[in-house]
Amino acid sequence: MLQIKNLHAKVGDKEILKGINLTINDGEIHAVMGTNGAGKSTLSNVIVGNPNYEVTEGSILFNGQDLLQMSPEERAQAGVFLSFQAPVEIPGVSMTNFMRAAVNARRQALGKEPLKSTDFLKLMREKRKLVEIDQKLMNRSVNEGFSGGERKRNEIFQMAMLDPTFCILDETDSGLDVDALRIVADGFNKLRTAETSAIVITHYQRLLDYIRPDFVHVLIDGRIVKEGTADLARQIEETGFDWIKEELV
Amino acid sequence: MKNNNEQQNNNKERNNERPQEKNEFVRSVAEKMYEFGFTTDVHTEIIDKGLNEDVVRLISQKKGEPEWLLQFRLDAYRYWLTQQQPEWGHVHLPEIDYQAISYYADPTAKSKKGPETVDEIDPELMKTFDKLGIPLEERLALSGTAVDAVMDSVSVKTTFKEKLSEKGIIFCSISEAVKQYPDLVRQYLGTVVPPRDNYFAALNSAVFSDGSFVYIPKNTRCPMELSTYFRINARNTGQFERTLIVCDEGSYVSYLEGCTAPMRDENQLHAAIVEIVINDHAEVKYSTVQNWYPGDAEGKGGVLNLVTKRGDLRGVNSKLSWTQVETGSAITWKYPSCVLRGDNSQAEFYSVAVTNNHQEADTGTKMIHLGKNTRSTIISKGISAGYSENSYRGLVRVGKQADGARNYSSCDSLLLGSNCGAHTFPYMDIHNNTATVEHEATTSKINEDQLFYCNQRGISTEEAVGLIVNGYAKDVINKLPMEFAVEAQKLLNVSLEGSVG
Repeated sequence: MLQIKNLHAKVGDKEILKGINLTINDGEIHAVMGTNGAGKSTLSNVIVGNPNYEVTEGSILFNGQDLLQMSPEERAQAGVFLSFQAPVEIPGVSMTNFMRAAVNARRQALGKEPLKSTDFLKLMREKRKLVEIDQKLMNRSVNEGFSGGERKRNEIFQMAMLDPTFCILDETDSGLDVDALRIVADGFNKLRTAETSAIVITHYQRLLDYIRPDFVHVLIDGRIVKEGTADLARQIEETGFDWIKEELV
Repeated sequence: MKNNNEQQNNNKERNNERPQEKNEFVRSVAEKMYEFGFTTDVHTEIIDKGLNEDVVRLISQKKGEPEWLLQFRLDAYRYWLTQQQPEWGHVHLPEIDYQAISYYADPTAKSKKGPETVDEIDPELMKTFDKLGIPLEERLALSGTAVDAVMDSVSVKTTFKEKLSEKGIIFCSISEAVKQYPDLVRQYLGTVVPPRDNYFAALNSAVFSDGSFVYIPKNTRCPMELSTYFRINARNTGQFERTLIVCDEGSYVSYLEGCTAPMRDENQLHAAIVEIVINDHAEVKYSTVQNWYPGDAEGKGGVLNLVTKRGDLRGVNSKLSWTQVETGSAITWKYPSCVLRGDNSQAEFYSVAVTNNHQEADTGTKMIHLGKNTRSTIISKGISAGYSENSYRGLVRVGKQADGARNYSSCDSLLLGSNCGAHTFPYMDIHNNTATVEHEATTSKINEDQLFYCNQRGISTEEAVGLIVNGYAKDVINKLPMEFAVEAQKLLNVSLEGSVG
């Protein structure tokens, strides 16, 4: 699904990623953990093509396509989805109009006709139930006046609407209480198919109790320094990152 | 009680360097922007450049006008000579050389009497209006719309005249109205916007060329939308539109106005007057989609749109609503206003003004409450992009006798990028303490994070800007008649294409 090779990236003059190698196969969940400033969010932003990040070296292949040659919207249309750490408000644009534009852009890329209004509204209803998001939020502008938890839930709702094959959950657990976390994680698990792959970026074991990773990677100072299975995440939860840093010295 | 209040939101960082467009696509889109910039090659009779009393007499003579109208023009001209071009607008109005402009250009000059049927109109003119989406053959017309098509100084053709006259409705060019209905024109002309109203009104009153005349008799609901389409074609000419609409007791009309001009390097002058008279229980809806050539990306050329529009709500329970979508012109100076004279009269002003590149707009309205229990609503949405300046300027005045007057004003500004300016100049002048006046204003900005968020959901930047801008402007767009609303929406998107790199 996704092959990242020797990826270097910078923001402004500062090099953040210093040679990332990561291969994700169909259906796998990879957790990426690491200290603040290690480059976790940079990695997710580079994968989705945020223009504020510059790739200086390396490659990313997505189902054999050169992702770095694609515009952000082409990547999204191809099935790459980022659940933002801090989703922005877009005043004046209703959730319904926003979703209609997004769903139809993805359908067009897949060579499908735009959805008829009735079918679209039916899809909205269906997916809304899945992530237990309130109807009244759908009548508002995108994320406008949404609480932190509502925004995160709205990200998972959009994921449900767009049916991506590769998802990045960037600290989706931050700012969520336990109940909200469970609903969001359950939503994600329901949406997963055997082919869906994901990168789950988190500081905490908590989220990984709900979304079970196949592999765990530890990112420190722009490099993946340790890899393991779900046990590694539990170990980090108990003892922190210091022992890993010490191993490096 | 007097309350003058100025707010400014200037978002300009003075950069002399124009940032490089981020990619070729954006640049190519920006350059193809104005699709009505073509010229028509048609024999046009143009009088010599320059302005003096002889020119005023010549225009009047060419139109075969009666003596009183010549005097009206000469009085206006003599007053204009004593006045100075106003400088209070938040625009950089260039020094206009009034001697370098020709005041009369007639593209229909071939046939002496002026064309009567479609067959007599130069096919080039027909083609031009077809290209602009304004077919002059009635069988091709947009459903339910009658059109008066004006090019340069002359009305080329008015459609559905006969059909409307069956109901007693008069819809023709103002030149024709002067000949056919001189008493009616004389009764109303200059009574809403007097020739001495302001500098450009005086100029217009001296040299006005063509425009539309509408008269709706008592208790008549006009069965069609009436519209005038203004086109500037000839080089170095000014267009001095004059429109007069009279809606008699208990009647209703919806009127639309559209405008385009070719792309030329020099500025073109459009100084118009629109007067509307509304009697008891009558209602007028006036909608404008203004798409004059805005000048090129560097700010060269474009139309100077200097307009006085005013409605006089003379009757009790009369209603007027102005809806404008302003995307064109290098400089716009325009304040469609309402004098709420009749008791219980109601006025509305809905405006979307878009400026991009180096355009400047200073636009808004005046609501003058004189009658009792009069109500007015002002909804203004300014959208600025590129290096443009966009100002809302509005006056709400409540007279001593206007018991129970109410006004609600809401002025929002949206900024795209960080080199443009948005300004709000709301004036209030309240002389009756039973009045209720509310004013709200907001300024917001489309930022890169919002656009990237849309991109990440598969929505292109152009489409994202369109979604945001249309969402922002929808309260105003929804007020337009259906066909116009669709046009206006497209126009908004086109005007802002390439504005976000």
